[in-house]
Amino acid sequence: MNISLNITKTITELLSGFMSEGAANIGAMVTIALIYLAIFAVAGLYLVLLERKIAAWFQLRLGPNRVGPWGLLQTMADALKLVSKELTGTVKADKFLFNLAPYFVIVSSLMALSVFPFTQEFQAFDINIGIFFLIAISSIGVIGILLGGWASNNKFALIGAMRSGVQTISYELSVGLSLLTMVLLTGTLQLSEIVEVQKNGWLIIQGHIPAVIAFMIYMIAGTAETNRAPFDMVEAESELGAGFHTEYSGMKFAYFFLAEFINMFIIAAIATTVFFGGWLSPFGITESIPWLGVFWFIGKTFMLVFLMMWFRWTFPRLRIDQLLTLEWKYLLPLNLLNIILMAVIVWLNLTIQF
Amino acid sequence: MSYFGDIYKGIKTLLTGMSVTGKYFLTSRKGAITQQYPDNRKTLKMFERFRGEVVMPHDENNEHRCTGCQKCELACPNGSIEIIWDRQIDPESGKKKKMIDQHIYHLGMCTMCGLCIEACPTDAIVWAQNFENSVYDRSYLTKVLNQPNSKLKAGVEE
Ligand code: SF4
Ligand code: SF4
Repeated sequence: MNISLNITKTITELLSGFMSEGAANIGAMVTIALIYLAIFAVAGLYLVLLERKIAAWFQLRLGPNRVGPWGLLQTMADALKLVSKELTGTVKADKFLFNLAPYFVIVSSLMALSVFPFTQEFQAFDINIGIFFLIAISSIGVIGILLGGWASNNKFALIGAMRSGVQTISYELSVGLSLLTMVLLTGTLQLSEIVEVQKNGWLIIQGHIPAVIAFMIYMIAGTAETNRAPFDMVEAESELGAGFHTEYSGMKFAYFFLAEFINMFIIAAIATTVFFGGWLSPFGITESIPWLGVFWFIGKTFMLVFLMMWFRWTFPRLRIDQLLTLEWKYLLPLNLLNIILMAVIVWLNLTIQF
Repeated sequence: MSYFGDIYKGIKTLLTGMSVTGKYFLTSRKGAITQQYPDNRKTLKMFERFRGEVVMPHDENNEHRCTGCQKCELACPNGSIEIIWDRQIDPESGKKKKMIDQHIYHLGMCTMCGLCIEACPTDAIVWAQNFENSVYDRSYLTKVLNQPNSKLKAGVEE
Protein backbone atom coordinates (compact mmCIF):
# COMPACT_ATOMS: atom_id res chain seq x y z
CA MET A 1 0.00 0.00 0.00
CA ASN A 2 1.57 3.21 -1.05
CA ILE A 3 -1.26 5.70 -0.90
CA SER A 4 -0.23 9.18 0.02
CA LEU A 5 -2.14 10.17 3.13
CA ASN A 6 -1.16 13.80 3.00
CA ILE A 7 -4.39 14.73 1.28
CA THR A 8 -3.89 18.47 1.28
CA LYS A 9 -0.57 18.21 -0.52
CA THR A 10 -1.77 15.55 -2.93
CA ILE A 11 -4.81 17.49 -4.03
CA THR A 12 -2.89 20.76 -4.32
CA GLU A 13 -0.32 19.09 -6.55
CA LEU A 14 -3.04 17.49 -8.61
CA LEU A 15 -4.82 20.78 -9.13
CA SER A 16 -1.73 22.87 -9.76
CA GLY A 17 -1.16 20.74 -12.86
CA PHE A 18 -3.73 22.84 -14.70
CA MET A 19 -4.22 25.90 -12.49
CA SER A 20 -2.24 28.77 -11.13
CA GLU A 21 -0.87 28.22 -7.64
CA GLY A 22 -3.35 30.43 -5.82
CA ALA A 23 -6.33 28.86 -7.55
CA ALA A 24 -4.95 25.39 -6.82
CA ASN A 25 -4.67 26.21 -3.12
CA ILE A 26 -8.23 27.44 -2.92
CA GLY A 27 -9.43 24.52 -5.02
CA ALA A 28 -7.73 22.06 -2.69
CA MET A 29 -9.31 23.71 0.35
CA VAL A 30 -12.78 23.55 -1.18
CA THR A 31 -12.33 19.94 -2.24
CA ILE A 32 -11.18 18.88 1.21
CA ALA A 33 -13.98 20.79 2.86
CA LEU A 34 -16.50 18.99 0.67
CA ILE A 35 -14.93 15.60 1.34
CA TYR A 36 -14.98 16.20 5.10
CA LEU A 37 -18.53 17.50 4.96
CA ALA A 38 -19.74 14.41 3.12
CA ILE A 39 -17.86 11.98 5.36
CA PHE A 40 -18.93 13.56 8.62
CA ALA A 41 -22.54 14.15 7.67
CA VAL A 42 -22.83 10.42 7.07
CA ALA A 43 -20.70 9.58 10.11
CA GLY A 44 -22.92 11.83 12.24
CA LEU A 45 -26.00 10.01 11.04
CA TYR A 46 -24.46 6.69 11.96
CA LEU A 47 -23.48 8.04 15.37
CA VAL A 48 -27.16 8.78 15.94
CA LEU A 49 -27.97 5.21 14.98
CA LEU A 50 -25.24 3.91 17.27
CA GLU A 51 -26.59 5.96 20.13
CA ARG A 52 -30.08 4.63 19.60
CA LYS A 53 -28.87 1.05 19.40
CA ILE A 54 -26.71 1.38 22.48
CA ALA A 55 -29.49 3.08 24.40
CA ALA A 56 -31.75 0.20 23.45
CA TRP A 57 -29.26 -2.37 24.67
CA PHE A 58 -28.81 -0.56 27.96
CA GLN A 59 -32.55 -0.67 28.45
CA LEU A 60 -32.95 -4.28 27.30
CA ARG A 61 -34.71 -3.24 24.12
CA LEU A 62 -33.87 -4.00 20.51
CA GLY A 63 -33.56 -0.53 19.01
CA PRO A 64 -34.33 0.41 15.42
CA ASN A 65 -34.41 -2.76 13.31
CA ARG A 66 -36.97 -2.19 10.58
CA VAL A 67 -35.37 0.04 7.94
CA GLY A 68 -32.66 -1.88 6.13
CA PRO A 69 -30.73 -4.80 7.65
CA TRP A 70 -30.51 -4.34 11.44
CA GLY A 71 -32.03 -0.91 10.97
CA LEU A 72 -28.88 0.40 9.30
CA LEU A 73 -30.80 2.79 7.06
CA GLN A 74 -33.01 4.17 9.83
CA THR A 75 -31.18 7.46 10.34
CA MET A 76 -30.79 7.93 6.58
CA ALA A 77 -34.56 7.68 6.29
CA ASP A 78 -34.96 10.11 9.19
CA ALA A 79 -32.66 12.61 7.52
CA LEU A 80 -34.56 12.31 4.23
CA LYS A 81 -37.79 12.88 6.08
CA LEU A 82 -36.37 15.97 7.80
CA VAL A 83 -35.15 17.39 4.49
CA SER A 84 -38.61 17.10 3.02
CA LYS A 85 -40.29 18.82 5.94
CA GLU A 86 -41.56 22.36 6.08
CA LEU A 87 -39.37 24.90 7.82
CA THR A 88 -41.61 26.60 10.34
CA GLY A 89 -40.92 29.56 12.60
CA THR A 90 -42.71 31.74 15.11
CA VAL A 91 -44.47 34.91 14.01
CA LYS A 92 -42.40 37.41 15.95
CA ALA A 93 -39.12 35.56 15.57
CA ASP A 94 -36.06 37.53 14.58
CA LYS A 95 -35.91 35.92 11.14
CA PHE A 96 -32.29 36.67 10.33
CA LEU A 97 -30.82 35.40 13.60
CA PHE A 98 -33.29 32.53 13.70
CA ASN A 99 -32.02 31.28 10.35
CA LEU A 100 -28.40 31.99 11.14
CA ALA A 101 -28.24 30.04 14.42
CA PRO A 102 -28.16 26.46 13.11
CA TYR A 103 -25.30 27.30 10.75
CA PHE A 104 -23.23 28.71 13.59
CA VAL A 105 -23.60 25.46 15.46
CA ILE A 106 -22.91 23.07 12.61
CA VAL A 107 -20.11 25.11 11.02
CA SER A 108 -18.23 25.47 14.29
CA SER A 109 -18.37 21.77 14.95
CA LEU A 110 -17.29 20.89 11.41
CA MET A 111 -14.43 23.41 11.60
CA ALA A 112 -13.03 21.69 14.65
CA LEU A 113 -12.76 18.45 12.70
CA SER A 114 -10.24 19.91 10.28
CA VAL A 115 -7.33 19.86 12.72
CA PHE A 116 -7.42 16.24 13.85
CA PRO A 117 -4.60 14.01 12.69
CA PHE A 118 -6.48 10.86 11.71
CA THR A 119 -3.23 9.19 10.98
CA GLN A 120 0.30 10.25 10.14
CA GLU A 121 -0.03 13.17 7.70
CA PHE A 122 -3.76 12.56 7.18
CA GLN A 123 -4.75 15.91 8.54
CA ALA A 124 -6.47 18.67 6.66
CA PHE A 125 -4.96 21.57 8.52
CA ASP A 126 -1.94 21.21 10.80
CA ILE A 127 -1.64 24.46 12.74
CA ASN A 128 0.78 24.99 15.56
CA ILE A 129 -1.93 26.18 17.97
CA GLY A 130 -4.10 23.10 17.45
CA ILE A 131 -5.42 22.64 21.00
CA PHE A 132 -5.99 26.36 21.40
CA PHE A 133 -7.89 26.42 18.12
CA LEU A 134 -10.07 23.51 19.24
CA ILE A 135 -10.97 25.12 22.56
CA ALA A 136 -11.76 28.39 20.82
CA ILE A 137 -13.88 26.80 18.09
CA SER A 138 -15.79 24.54 20.40
CA SER A 139 -17.09 27.51 22.36
CA ILE A 140 -18.38 29.30 19.26
CA GLY A 141 -21.14 26.73 18.98
CA VAL A 142 -22.78 28.12 22.10
CA ILE A 143 -23.33 31.42 20.32
CA GLY A 144 -25.48 29.56 17.84
CA ILE A 145 -27.48 28.05 20.67
CA LEU A 146 -27.92 31.42 22.38
CA LEU A 147 -28.95 33.05 19.10
CA GLY A 148 -31.41 30.27 18.36
CA GLY A 149 -32.97 30.49 21.80
CA TRP A 150 -33.13 34.27 21.74
CA ALA A 151 -34.44 34.69 18.22
CA SER A 152 -37.20 32.10 18.34
CA ASN A 153 -39.34 34.25 20.67
CA ASN A 154 -40.25 31.37 22.93
CA LYS A 155 -39.83 31.21 26.69
CA PHE A 156 -38.68 27.63 26.79
CA ALA A 157 -36.15 28.25 24.06
CA LEU A 158 -34.84 31.32 25.85
CA ILE A 159 -34.48 29.56 29.20
CA GLY A 160 -32.78 26.64 27.49
CA ALA A 161 -30.37 28.92 25.69
CA MET A 162 -29.51 30.84 28.87
CA ARG A 163 -28.84 27.60 30.70
CA SER A 164 -26.65 26.53 27.83
CA GLY A 165 -24.71 29.76 28.13
CA VAL A 166 -24.16 29.29 31.86
CA GLN A 167 -23.18 25.70 31.41
CA THR A 168 -20.81 26.09 28.50
CA ILE A 169 -19.03 29.09 29.98
CA SER A 170 -18.46 27.23 33.24
CA TYR A 171 -17.35 23.94 31.81
CA GLU A 172 -15.26 25.51 29.08
CA LEU A 173 -12.91 26.39 31.91
CA SER A 174 -12.47 22.81 33.00
CA VAL A 175 -11.99 21.52 29.49
CA GLY A 176 -9.34 24.15 28.86
CA LEU A 177 -7.53 23.62 32.15
CA SER A 178 -7.48 19.84 31.90
CA LEU A 179 -6.06 20.08 28.38
CA LEU A 180 -3.52 22.62 29.65
CA THR A 181 -2.42 20.07 32.22
CA MET A 182 -1.52 17.77 29.39
CA VAL A 183 0.12 20.54 27.40
CA LEU A 184 2.52 20.94 30.35
CA LEU A 185 3.61 17.41 29.59
CA THR A 186 3.86 17.70 25.81
CA GLY A 187 5.28 21.19 25.63
CA THR A 188 3.45 21.87 22.37
CA LEU A 189 -0.03 22.82 21.21
CA GLN A 190 0.30 21.29 17.76
CA LEU A 191 -1.77 18.12 17.53
CA SER A 192 0.60 16.24 15.22
CA GLU A 193 3.48 16.90 17.60
CA ILE A 194 1.41 15.91 20.62
CA VAL A 195 0.97 12.54 18.95
CA GLU A 196 4.72 12.40 18.17
CA VAL A 197 5.51 12.92 21.87
CA GLN A 198 3.39 9.91 22.73
CA LYS A 199 5.61 7.49 20.82
CA ASN A 200 7.29 6.97 24.23
CA GLY A 201 4.02 5.93 25.82
CA TRP A 202 0.55 7.41 25.74
CA LEU A 203 0.22 10.55 27.79
CA ILE A 204 -2.22 8.99 30.22
CA ILE A 205 0.58 6.56 31.14
CA GLN A 206 3.41 9.09 30.89
CA GLY A 207 1.61 11.48 33.20
CA HIS A 208 0.13 8.75 35.46
CA ILE A 209 -1.81 10.20 38.46
CA PRO A 210 -2.38 13.80 37.31
CA ALA A 211 -3.07 12.59 33.78
CA VAL A 212 -5.76 10.21 34.99
CA ILE A 213 -7.32 12.97 37.08
CA ALA A 214 -7.14 15.33 34.11
CA PHE A 215 -8.78 12.70 31.93
CA MET A 216 -11.64 12.22 34.36
CA ILE A 217 -12.21 15.95 34.64
CA TYR A 218 -11.99 16.29 30.88
CA MET A 219 -14.58 13.60 30.27
CA ILE A 220 -17.01 15.12 32.79
CA ALA A 221 -16.56 18.63 31.44
CA GLY A 222 -16.59 17.39 27.86
CA THR A 223 -19.91 15.67 28.38
CA ALA A 224 -21.26 18.89 29.84
CA GLU A 225 -19.84 20.82 26.91
CA THR A 226 -21.84 18.78 24.42
CA ASN A 227 -25.02 19.38 26.45
CA ARG A 228 -25.68 15.70 26.78
CA ALA A 229 -27.33 13.90 29.68
CA PRO A 230 -26.62 14.00 32.62
CA PHE A 231 -25.92 17.66 31.82
CA ASP A 232 -28.74 18.24 29.34
CA MET A 233 -30.19 21.20 31.22
CA VAL A 234 -30.42 22.89 27.85
CA GLU A 235 -32.98 20.52 26.48
CA ALA A 236 -34.44 19.10 29.69
CA GLU A 237 -37.40 17.50 27.94
CA SER A 238 -39.45 17.25 31.09
CA GLU A 239 -39.12 20.97 31.83
CA LEU A 240 -38.53 22.86 28.61
CA GLY A 241 -40.12 20.99 25.74
CA ALA A 242 -37.10 20.65 23.52
CA GLY A 243 -35.14 23.59 24.96
CA PHE A 244 -33.43 25.99 22.59
CA HIS A 245 -34.54 24.20 19.42
CA THR A 246 -38.23 23.99 20.34
CA GLU A 247 -39.20 26.19 17.42
CA TYR A 248 -36.97 24.63 14.82
CA SER A 249 -38.16 22.07 12.33
CA GLY A 250 -36.96 20.18 9.30
CA MET A 251 -33.38 20.59 8.21
CA LYS A 252 -32.58 23.35 10.69
CA PHE A 253 -33.47 21.05 13.53
CA ALA A 254 -31.38 18.34 11.90
CA TYR A 255 -28.35 20.68 11.93
CA PHE A 256 -28.64 21.12 15.70
CA PHE A 257 -29.10 17.43 16.15
CA LEU A 258 -26.20 16.48 13.92
CA ALA A 259 -23.98 19.08 15.57
CA GLU A 260 -24.61 17.52 18.96
CA PHE A 261 -23.37 14.18 17.71
CA ILE A 262 -20.42 15.59 15.82
CA ASN A 263 -19.50 17.51 18.97
CA MET A 264 -19.55 14.29 20.91
CA PHE A 265 -17.22 12.79 18.32
CA ILE A 266 -14.96 15.84 18.62
CA ILE A 267 -14.76 15.66 22.41
CA ALA A 268 -13.87 11.97 22.15
CA ALA A 269 -11.37 12.67 19.37
CA ILE A 270 -9.60 15.35 21.44
CA ALA A 271 -9.37 12.92 24.35
CA THR A 272 -8.00 10.26 22.00
CA THR A 273 -5.37 12.60 20.62
CA VAL A 274 -4.32 14.09 23.93
CA PHE A 275 -4.62 11.16 26.33
CA PHE A 276 -4.57 7.94 24.30
CA GLY A 277 -1.94 8.48 21.66
CA GLY A 278 -4.11 9.47 18.69
CA TRP A 279 -3.42 7.19 15.75
CA LEU A 280 -0.56 5.36 17.48
CA SER A 281 -1.19 1.66 17.84
CA PRO A 282 -0.69 0.08 21.28
CA PHE A 283 2.99 -0.94 21.65
CA GLY A 284 3.54 0.09 18.03
CA ILE A 285 2.27 -3.22 16.65
CA THR A 286 1.20 -1.80 13.30
CA GLU A 287 3.83 0.89 12.96
CA SER A 288 4.92 -0.34 9.53
CA ILE A 289 1.49 0.20 7.99
CA PRO A 290 0.72 3.90 8.42
CA TRP A 291 -2.84 3.88 7.05
CA LEU A 292 -3.93 1.55 9.87
CA GLY A 293 -3.58 4.60 12.09
CA VAL A 294 -7.03 5.69 10.93
CA PHE A 295 -8.39 2.46 12.30
CA TRP A 296 -6.74 2.95 15.69
CA PHE A 297 -7.84 6.56 15.89
CA ILE A 298 -11.46 5.75 15.07
CA GLY A 299 -11.39 2.72 17.36
CA LYS A 300 -10.17 4.66 20.38
CA THR A 301 -12.56 7.50 19.64
CA PHE A 302 -15.50 5.15 19.54
CA MET A 303 -14.49 3.61 22.85
CA LEU A 304 -14.72 7.08 24.38
CA VAL A 305 -17.96 7.86 22.55
CA PHE A 306 -19.33 4.66 24.03
CA LEU A 307 -18.23 5.83 27.47
CA MET A 308 -20.19 9.06 27.00
CA MET A 309 -23.24 7.12 25.90
CA TRP A 310 -22.82 4.93 28.95
CA PHE A 311 -22.90 8.08 31.12
CA ARG A 312 -25.99 9.25 29.36
CA TRP A 313 -27.99 6.09 29.90
CA THR A 314 -26.91 5.66 33.50
CA PHE A 315 -26.96 8.98 35.32
CA PRO A 316 -29.96 11.13 36.20
CA ARG A 317 -30.00 14.76 35.18
CA LEU A 318 -28.44 17.37 37.47
CA ARG A 319 -30.26 20.42 38.72
CA ILE A 320 -28.82 23.73 37.54
CA ASP A 321 -27.39 24.60 40.98
CA GLN A 322 -25.86 21.14 41.33
CA LEU A 323 -24.38 21.62 37.90
CA LEU A 324 -22.67 24.84 38.93
CA THR A 325 -21.61 23.43 42.30
CA LEU A 326 -19.93 20.54 40.55
CA GLU A 327 -17.99 22.85 38.30
CA TRP A 328 -17.02 25.73 40.56
CA LYS A 329 -16.60 23.91 43.87
CA TYR A 330 -15.18 20.60 42.73
CA LEU A 331 -13.85 20.41 39.19
CA LEU A 332 -12.20 23.81 39.06
CA PRO A 333 -10.20 23.70 42.34
CA LEU A 334 -9.20 20.11 41.69
CA ASN A 335 -8.12 21.08 38.23
CA LEU A 336 -5.92 23.90 39.51
CA LEU A 337 -4.33 21.59 42.09
CA ASN A 338 -3.85 19.03 39.36
CA ILE A 339 -1.98 21.51 37.17
CA ILE A 340 0.43 22.21 40.02
CA LEU A 341 0.88 18.49 40.60
CA MET A 342 1.58 17.96 36.93
CA ALA A 343 4.03 20.87 36.87
CA VAL A 344 5.91 19.36 39.82
CA ILE A 345 6.00 15.98 38.15
CA VAL A 346 7.31 17.39 34.90
CA TRP A 347 9.82 19.53 36.76
CA LEU A 348 11.18 16.61 38.79
CA ASN A 349 11.10 14.35 35.73
CA LEU A 350 8.83 11.81 37.37
CA THR A 351 7.05 10.91 34.13
CA ILE A 352 6.98 7.32 32.95
CA GLN A 353 8.77 6.92 29.62
CA PHE A 354 9.22 3.75 27.65
CA MET B 1 -12.01 16.19 55.15
CA SER B 2 -15.60 15.68 54.11
CA TYR B 3 -14.78 17.52 50.87
CA PHE B 4 -12.59 14.71 49.61
CA GLY B 5 -14.90 12.19 51.25
CA ASP B 6 -17.72 13.58 49.16
CA ILE B 7 -15.68 13.26 46.00
CA TYR B 8 -14.78 9.68 46.86
CA LYS B 9 -18.39 8.84 47.63
CA GLY B 10 -19.58 10.55 44.46
CA ILE B 11 -17.19 8.63 42.24
CA LYS B 12 -18.00 5.38 44.00
CA THR B 13 -21.75 5.75 43.56
CA LEU B 14 -21.34 6.77 39.94
CA LEU B 15 -19.25 3.67 39.27
CA THR B 16 -21.82 1.50 41.02
CA GLY B 17 -24.48 2.89 38.73
CA MET B 18 -22.32 2.33 35.67
CA SER B 19 -21.62 -1.25 36.64
CA VAL B 20 -25.34 -1.94 36.94
CA THR B 21 -26.14 -0.53 33.51
CA GLY B 22 -22.99 -2.14 32.12
CA LYS B 23 -24.23 -5.54 33.23
CA TYR B 24 -27.55 -4.92 31.54
CA PHE B 25 -25.73 -3.88 28.40
CA LEU B 26 -23.71 -7.07 28.29
CA THR B 27 -26.70 -9.33 28.86
CA SER B 28 -29.05 -7.40 26.57
CA ARG B 29 -28.55 -9.88 23.72
CA LYS B 30 -30.16 -12.65 25.70
CA GLY B 31 -32.91 -10.85 27.49
CA ALA B 32 -34.42 -8.17 25.27
CA ILE B 33 -37.90 -7.56 26.57
CA THR B 34 -39.20 -6.10 23.33
CA GLN B 35 -42.18 -7.94 21.85
CA GLN B 36 -42.11 -7.56 18.09
CA TYR B 37 -45.86 -7.44 17.67
CA PRO B 38 -47.50 -8.21 15.20
CA ASP B 39 -44.66 -10.38 13.84
CA ASN B 40 -44.97 -12.65 16.83
CA ARG B 41 -48.74 -12.65 16.92
CA LYS B 42 -48.87 -16.43 16.69
CA THR B 43 -46.56 -17.06 19.63
CA LEU B 44 -47.26 -14.00 21.76
CA LYS B 45 -48.44 -14.95 25.21
CA MET B 46 -49.78 -12.18 27.40
CA PHE B 47 -49.01 -12.09 31.07
CA GLU B 48 -51.42 -13.70 33.46
CA ARG B 49 -52.11 -10.47 35.30
CA PHE B 50 -52.86 -8.50 32.16
CA ARG B 51 -56.38 -7.06 32.17
CA GLY B 52 -57.85 -7.39 28.70
CA GLU B 53 -61.57 -7.73 29.25
CA VAL B 54 -63.97 -9.35 31.69
CA VAL B 55 -65.21 -12.78 30.64
CA MET B 56 -67.32 -15.49 32.21
CA PRO B 57 -65.82 -18.92 31.80
CA HIS B 58 -68.14 -21.79 30.93
CA ASP B 59 -67.35 -25.46 31.38
CA GLU B 60 -67.96 -28.23 28.83
CA ASN B 61 -71.64 -28.66 29.87
CA ASN B 62 -72.23 -24.97 29.10
CA GLU B 63 -72.47 -24.17 32.78
CA HIS B 64 -71.23 -20.99 34.44
CA ARG B 65 -70.94 -19.95 38.06
CA CYS B 66 -72.97 -16.73 38.06
CA THR B 67 -75.88 -16.72 40.45
CA GLY B 68 -77.22 -13.37 39.36
CA CYS B 69 -76.55 -11.77 42.74
CA GLN B 70 -75.76 -8.41 41.06
CA LYS B 71 -72.82 -7.68 43.31
CA CYS B 72 -70.67 -6.94 40.29
CA GLU B 73 -73.26 -4.53 38.94
CA LEU B 74 -73.23 -2.65 42.23
CA ALA B 75 -69.47 -2.69 42.48
CA CYS B 76 -68.83 -1.24 39.07
CA PRO B 77 -68.04 2.46 39.46
CA ASN B 78 -69.22 3.44 35.99
CA GLY B 79 -72.13 1.12 35.31
CA SER B 80 -70.45 -1.09 32.75
CA ILE B 81 -72.32 -4.17 33.93
CA GLU B 82 -76.04 -4.78 33.65
CA ILE B 83 -77.65 -7.95 34.96
CA ILE B 84 -81.02 -8.92 33.53
CA TRP B 85 -82.67 -11.53 35.73
CA ASP B 86 -86.02 -12.91 36.70
CA ARG B 87 -87.52 -15.45 39.09
CA GLN B 88 -88.02 -18.81 37.53
CA ILE B 89 -88.95 -22.27 38.74
CA ASP B 90 -85.86 -24.23 39.41
CA PRO B 91 -86.36 -27.56 37.62
CA GLU B 92 -84.52 -29.56 40.28
CA SER B 93 -85.98 -28.26 43.52
CA GLY B 94 -89.24 -26.97 42.06
CA LYS B 95 -88.93 -23.70 43.98
CA LYS B 96 -88.96 -20.17 42.59
CA LYS B 97 -85.54 -18.63 42.50
CA LYS B 98 -83.53 -15.66 41.17
CA MET B 99 -81.87 -16.62 37.91
CA ILE B 100 -79.70 -14.72 35.49
CA ASP B 101 -81.01 -14.07 32.02
CA GLN B 102 -78.27 -11.91 30.54
CA HIS B 103 -75.04 -10.65 32.04
CA ILE B 104 -74.39 -7.59 29.87
CA TYR B 105 -70.91 -6.11 29.90
CA HIS B 106 -70.03 -2.83 28.14
CA LEU B 107 -66.38 -3.20 27.22
CA GLY B 108 -66.36 0.30 25.80
CA MET B 109 -67.12 1.79 29.22
CA CYS B 110 -64.98 -0.50 31.34
CA THR B 111 -61.91 1.05 32.95
CA MET B 112 -60.39 -2.32 33.81
CA CYS B 113 -60.46 -1.51 37.50
CA GLY B 114 -61.26 -5.09 38.46
CA LEU B 115 -63.73 -4.25 41.22
CA CYS B 116 -66.41 -6.46 39.71
CA ILE B 117 -64.14 -9.47 39.73
CA GLU B 118 -63.19 -8.85 43.32
CA ALA B 119 -66.81 -8.38 44.33
CA CYS B 120 -68.07 -11.60 42.77
CA PRO B 121 -68.68 -14.08 45.60
CA THR B 122 -68.60 -17.15 43.34
CA ASP B 123 -65.69 -16.22 41.05
CA ALA B 124 -67.97 -16.33 38.04
CA ILE B 125 -66.09 -13.66 36.10
CA VAL B 126 -62.35 -13.42 35.45
CA TRP B 127 -59.88 -11.41 33.39
CA ALA B 128 -59.11 -12.47 29.83
CA GLN B 129 -55.77 -11.52 28.32
CA ASN B 130 -56.79 -10.61 24.78
CA PHE B 131 -56.14 -7.02 23.77
CA GLU B 132 -57.11 -6.78 20.13
CA ASN B 133 -60.44 -5.22 20.98
CA SER B 134 -60.86 -2.72 18.17
CA VAL B 135 -64.07 -2.97 16.18
CA TYR B 136 -65.75 -0.80 13.58
CA ASP B 137 -68.92 -0.19 15.49
CA ARG B 138 -69.43 0.76 19.10
CA SER B 139 -72.30 -1.66 19.49
CA TYR B 140 -69.92 -4.63 19.14
CA LEU B 141 -68.39 -3.64 22.44
CA THR B 142 -71.53 -4.50 24.34
CA LYS B 143 -71.22 -8.16 25.15
CA VAL B 144 -73.41 -10.75 26.79
CA LEU B 145 -71.12 -12.75 28.98
CA ASN B 146 -73.25 -15.79 29.65
CA GLN B 147 -73.64 -18.01 26.62
CA PRO B 148 -77.11 -18.74 25.25
CA ASN B 149 -78.87 -21.63 26.99
CA SER B 150 -76.18 -21.83 29.61
CA LYS B 151 -77.16 -22.54 33.19
CA LEU B 152 -75.80 -22.27 36.65
CA LYS B 153 -73.44 -24.99 37.66
CA ALA B 154 -74.89 -27.12 40.42
CA GLY B 155 -73.47 -26.62 43.85
CA VAL B 156 -72.15 -23.11 43.36
CA GLU B 157 -74.78 -21.56 45.58
CA GLU B 158 -74.10 -23.65 48.66
S1 SF4 C 1 -63.48 -3.84 35.64
FE1 SF4 C 1 -64.29 -2.11 36.79
S2 SF4 C 1 -65.16 -0.78 35.20
FE2 SF4 C 1 -64.87 -2.79 34.25
S3 SF4 C 1 -66.82 -3.79 34.50
FE3 SF4 C 1 -65.57 -4.42 36.24
S4 SF4 C 1 -66.04 -2.94 37.86
FE4 SF4 C 1 -66.85 -2.11 35.94
S1 SF4 D 1 -70.91 -12.32 37.98
FE1 SF4 D 1 -70.63 -12.77 40.14
S2 SF4 D 1 -71.13 -10.87 41.19
FE2 SF4 D 1 -71.94 -10.71 39.09
S3 SF4 D 1 -74.06 -11.38 39.26
FE3 SF4 D 1 -72.85 -13.18 38.68
S4 SF4 D 1 -72.31 -14.12 40.62
FE4 SF4 D 1 -73.03 -12.10 41.12
